[in-house]
Amino acid sequence: MKGMTLIVKKTTQLIAGMVFMYGIYIIVHGHLTPGGGFAGGVVIAGSFILLILAFGSDFLNLVKEESGSTLYENLAILVVLFLAVSGLLFGTRVFFLNWFPKGTVGQLVSAGMLPLYNIFVGIEVAASILTIFLALIIFKEEISE
Amino acid sequence: MIVYWLCFILFLVGLYGVITRRNLVKIAISLSIMEFSTFLFFALVGYIDGGVAPIVDPADPVKVYVDPLPQALVLTAIVIGLATTSMLMAVIIRLYRKYGTFDIREIKNLRG
Amino acid sequence: MELAISVIVGLMILGALYAIHAKDLLSAVIASGIVGYGLVICFLLLKAPDLAIVQIVVETITLIIMVAVVFDSSREESFSKPDTQGYVSAITAVFLIIVLFYFFKISVSALDVFGESTLRMAGPYIEGATEKTGSANLVTGVVFDFRGYDTLGEATVLVTAVLGVLTILRLKGKK
Repeated sequence: MKGMTLIVKKTTQLIAGMVFMYGIYIIVHGHLTPGGGFAGGVVIAGSFILLILAFGSDFLNLVKEESGSTLYENLAILVVLFLAVSGLLFGTRVFFLNWFPKGTVGQLVSAGMLPLYNIFVGIEVAASILTIFLALIIFKEEISE
Repeated sequence: MIVYWLCFILFLVGLYGVITRRNLVKIAISLSIMEFSTFLFFALVGYIDGGVAPIVDPADPVKVYVDPLPQALVLTAIVIGLATTSMLMAVIIRLYRKYGTFDIREIKNLRG
Repeated sequence: MELAISVIVGLMILGALYAIHAKDLLSAVIASGIVGYGLVICFLLLKAPDLAIVQIVVETITLIIMVAVVFDSSREESFSKPDTQGYVSAITAVFLIIVLFYFFKISVSALDVFGESTLRMAGPYIEGATEKTGSANLVTGVVFDFRGYDTLGEATVLVTAVLGVLTILRLKGKK
């Protein structure tokens, strides 16, 4: 896949960072405002897809990126599982127990473990969707060669 | 009540497409239409007149909220829907490279 | 509110019908975008901003993937003459639709009138949920605290779908 023209590339360079930051904002404020791990993860994957579409495969080493995103995806789901299991160690010993101190409602650092779940589920969703997209692109390239 | 009926008709349109179309891409589109109608039905069930979005403001918490449970179910289902649709697309692109057509009837004949 | 949503769902039905009957596959894919983006507006009207954020990005990515599949293939769908199998499937579709209509007519009478009341389950999830989870966003509270099992299951399905895509696309086809 070839990249697009210079204007598209420069505009994408400007925009992709902002889209990425917006995704991180949605994830981190997931327990205060609309959003959360699923929404923010999809937005982050969208920013990477924007870069790949604009720059093409000459600029990025797609196979290497795909193995990296697969790794991140699996590590993130593992961390979510460990966080869920950690509820079995404290208090009433329930799976998915929210054993962190809750804090006051409305603060950024509050709600116990929910921000942690949000962050790792966000990484997992972003890496999954990016992996699917990269797999399709690599398959198309292999066929056309 | 008419909203429920329209939502159900949207589901039936998708079902009709899945059964009668022969093109694989059309079948994938019809499946995603059925999926969307299900999401819409969940969101409709949770709605209440005069309710606000389920974000609690600690300053004045006494309000009528929309039901958060169907929204939580649909939230995960949308992302799963994207993953399954792209898996379907992967199967379709694989079949197209092998047989050179999107038509399921022709693919069945070519396999013999 | 019900009228506005009805109008948008009606437009979505028209878009779905066009997407199913369009001759060019690219226009069919883009017409299916009417359904997805109409759903975003419905979510906004139904006071579900979380779902609207997810759906608008997911629909865009789905369109990109579908266009990438359709773009460099034979885009014309060949409508051949209807044969026996076509008639059989059409009759099956009509029969199924009649049966489903009957069952939906029975089951819709059990639902409350639109917008009058929510499910009984909503009470325990809203009352005191903020104290229990400490989260101002009730949807996040339900997703990760009350219904954590569900979320873990869905995340597992996501991983499985990704592994499925990688397995399908990495197979070296027989020449």
